[in-house]
Amino acid sequence: MPVLWVSALLVLGVGLAWGLVLSPPDWQQGETVRIMYVHVPMAWLAMGAYTGLAVLSVMSLIWRHPLADLAARELSPVGAAATALCLATGSIWGKPMWGTWWVWDARLTSVLVLFFLWLGHAALVRAFDDAERGARAGAILALVGFVNVPIVKFSVDWWNTLHQPASVMRLDAPGMHVTILYPLLTCALGFSLLFAAVVLARTRAAVMERRVRALQFARARREEGAPA
Amino acid sequence: MSLHWWHVAASYAVTLATFGALAIGAALRHRAAKRLLATLDPRGERP
Repeated sequence: MPVLWVSALLVLGVGLAWGLVLSPPDWQQGETVRIMYVHVPMAWLAMGAYTGLAVLSVMSLIWRHPLADLAARELSPVGAAATALCLATGSIWGKPMWGTWWVWDARLTSVLVLFFLWLGHAALVRAFDDAERGARAGAILALVGFVNVPIVKFSVDWWNTLHQPASVMRLDAPGMHVTILYPLLTCALGFSLLFAAVVLARTRAAVMERRVRALQFARARREEGAPA
Repeated sequence: MSLHWWHVAASYAVTLATFGALAIGAALRHRAAKRLLATLDPRGERP
């Protein structure tokens, strides 16, 4: 765990310094291109982590793995935060570049739906007294909502959107210069490591909290049954 | 500082503040659970 935290902070420090100071401004966007170094990693994390949530949901529904339930429960608030940051930073970028904070185009709307799916999952798994039933309901919601992930990815190809098409993840070479691409990939790696460290720490804490509840319950039963 | 730099600063601030809060929250929760477990674990009560 400490190795993950330290490597996340190191890579992120290098990536953000590279993006903020060392990389050149874009010939069209000017300094505003630097918002991409936080916005794009958040977008990748939002979609990648939701794919992870779908995998955990399959594990939960098929193998009934308790750790998959716990990890999914701890993942969804962090995924919701990443998606909210994707929307917020995109909006902050959109105002100087598009002249508006928000448009109802297919990419922005589908990411907003993704955000609501994350929030819905986080709320649903906590809405049941029986944690196992909550996990089942959350897993079904996550799998139904997974249909939105390819819609987010391909929305810029399927519909005419104000949001630009893919610049990095496409079949031919990335459509940006290496002076922008490399700091972007470094920031993406740093944020991914930090995201993984946060989710792992939350999941480990949840496992220990479950053990604490079991021990407290056993102790209370012992005390109840003990002669006065 | 130009308007574009204000937007850049706002983006980095909101992202780092959110992830900082998530990271600190997760680390504190992990540490608290670990301490509580150490005091409750029956293995720790054995002589």
